[in-house]
Amino acid sequence: MAKYLISRLVAMAVSLMGVTIVVFLLIRCIPGTIVEQMLGTEALTSYETVESLRRYFGLDQPIHIQYAHWIRRVLVGDLGKSWRMGMPVLTFILSRLAVTVELAAIAILVAALIGVPAGIISALKQNRPADNLARMAALFGLSIPVFWQGTMLILVFSLALRWAPPIEWVSPAANLRANLEMMLLPGFCLGTASAAVIMRMTRSCMLDVLRQDYIRTARAKGLAEGSVIGIHGLKNALIPVVTVTGLQMGYLLGGTVVVEEVFGLPGLGRLVLWAILQRDYPTVQGTVLFIAVMFMVVNLVVDILYAYLDPRIRRA
Amino acid sequence: MPSDTPLEPHAASPSVVVTAPLSQPVSLLSLIARNRLALSGAILALLLTLMAILAEVISPYDPMAVNVRAALQAPSRANLFGTDRFGRDLLTRVVYGARVSLGIAFASVAVAMLVGSLLGLFGAYVGGSWDTVLGRVMDVLFSFPLLLLAIAIVGMLGPGIPNAIIAITIVYTPFFFRVARGPTLAEREKEYVQAAKAVGAGSARILWRHLLPNLLSPIVVQGSVTIAYAILTEASLSYLGLGTPLLTPSWGTTLNEGRTYLQLAPWISIFPGIAIMLAVLAFNLLGDGLRDALDPHLK
Repeated sequence: MAKYLISRLVAMAVSLMGVTIVVFLLIRCIPGTIVEQMLGTEALTSYETVESLRRYFGLDQPIHIQYAHWIRRVLVGDLGKSWRMGMPVLTFILSRLAVTVELAAIAILVAALIGVPAGIISALKQNRPADNLARMAALFGLSIPVFWQGTMLILVFSLALRWAPPIEWVSPAANLRANLEMMLLPGFCLGTASAAVIMRMTRSCMLDVLRQDYIRTARAKGLAEGSVIGIHGLKNALIPVVTVTGLQMGYLLGGTVVVEEVFGLPGLGRLVLWAILQRDYPTVQGTVLFIAVMFMVVNLVVDILYAYLDPRIRRA
Repeated sequence: MPSDTPLEPHAASPSVVVTAPLSQPVSLLSLIARNRLALSGAILALLLTLMAILAEVISPYDPMAVNVRAALQAPSRANLFGTDRFGRDLLTRVVYGARVSLGIAFASVAVAMLVGSLLGLFGAYVGGSWDTVLGRVMDVLFSFPLLLLAIAIVGMLGPGIPNAIIAITIVYTPFFFRVARGPTLAEREKEYVQAAKAVGAGSARILWRHLLPNLLSPIVVQGSVTIAYAILTEASLSYLGLGTPLLTPSWGTTLNEGRTYLQLAPWISIFPGIAIMLAVLAFNLLGDGLRDALDPHLK
């Protein structure tokens, strides 16, 4: 296990370096330079201001030196300062982090609560109406745009039926119940596609396990069907499902951008969008890097968990 | 009925696992014809594509024609899907939207398919440091949530159709790299490749004439599923105001415009969303059906 862990950490470190390079280069893809974007038309007239800002941002240095300076700051948690708000980007990010994590956690809970039982039922009723219905539902779940689903949920539950509370962010510290009530629709919306993925994986793994010799042996021994499925089937089938569910958590971090925008939640995704529209490039760069690192860490934890649960993986 | 993606852990992404009989080139058209799922997806996709191509012929109005006196009209005989805030016919904009949204998805996936597949083929065949470097670059791209990477790229390059195509292409290229690389690694050791080398065939000829034809089936299946995801990505970018320009009649942009009038004119938000869902469903059905047909034990 230790060997596997080290190999995964090394692989992650290499990918992490690549991620920092991509994020560093992203800001250099801006048409013109950061300075021209900041100054606008003033850049055409004020040569001294342009040069002093170029020096301030280190743009007069070779690109590898710029990267080295930037990465040195990143390693000590300095992601720069927001151009628009004047505050450190990391402080900005941390103030929004809880919303995104809560949203992703609710979404993954919803996804697992729907996906796992639906997948089990689907496998046990293979090629029967319940299976067909579950598989069609999964296909629709994967095909509905998350922002449209969110809009329709608001239209039906908030505006037409008035069942859901107004879409207005309430901090859990201020009112936990109100917070959970208002997070339910966004969480459901974000979790739908993941529920479909988890359902498909659960069904597939259950079918695979149910075809195994040891299941046939358990049945031949005269074990009750409930024990065959519950003890021998589910236990083995759910290992990859746990992994996929964990990986979904990472993917949901990307989906939060859209859902936070639809429901007006002040999370990291909305921060990225705000920063893009405000041309606050240090905030864009810092937030994208932060989310990418979170995504990689989640994937690493899931990989390690998978190897822990299934020894064949770490021996491979 | 749709089936599953059983082996790929990154299932929220458009990864597919196809273990087609690679040594026997498969006629995809005959596979589509024999599989109900694939056939229904192909018919729906074809209808939407025809709608996009024939937009001028089948649209009742000009998509840009403003008529403020008819603004925010509910669906009626004159305007089947109603009108938007400028009095533009929504059905017309949905029909033209197919051209923009599908056009961007097709273009992005075509480039991603070409670049990703060729790099995967090349990396696996040549091996060594080329393969390692290419693999690492693709791993780095996989290290970002897909939509976030697309948003970040467009956010930096600026909104617009060409930049949306660039972003979607970059995001989906690694999937084709993986689909091409895996089978190539297995195929390059087979006797027919060794035989071709023995008779003096050059690398380019072996790649083009012998290896590529065997990869076409999984690449096409991957392409079909990726188009579905590319439509969703383009719609998401446009919805967020980062994809197609505001006046362009794309599905995502129309949905973005409809947000303000959700209570007053919900039809602006309903119909483009249905169009996106049908388009994504069509390519998902096609991809699922083809995968089932190529690997029946997954059913």
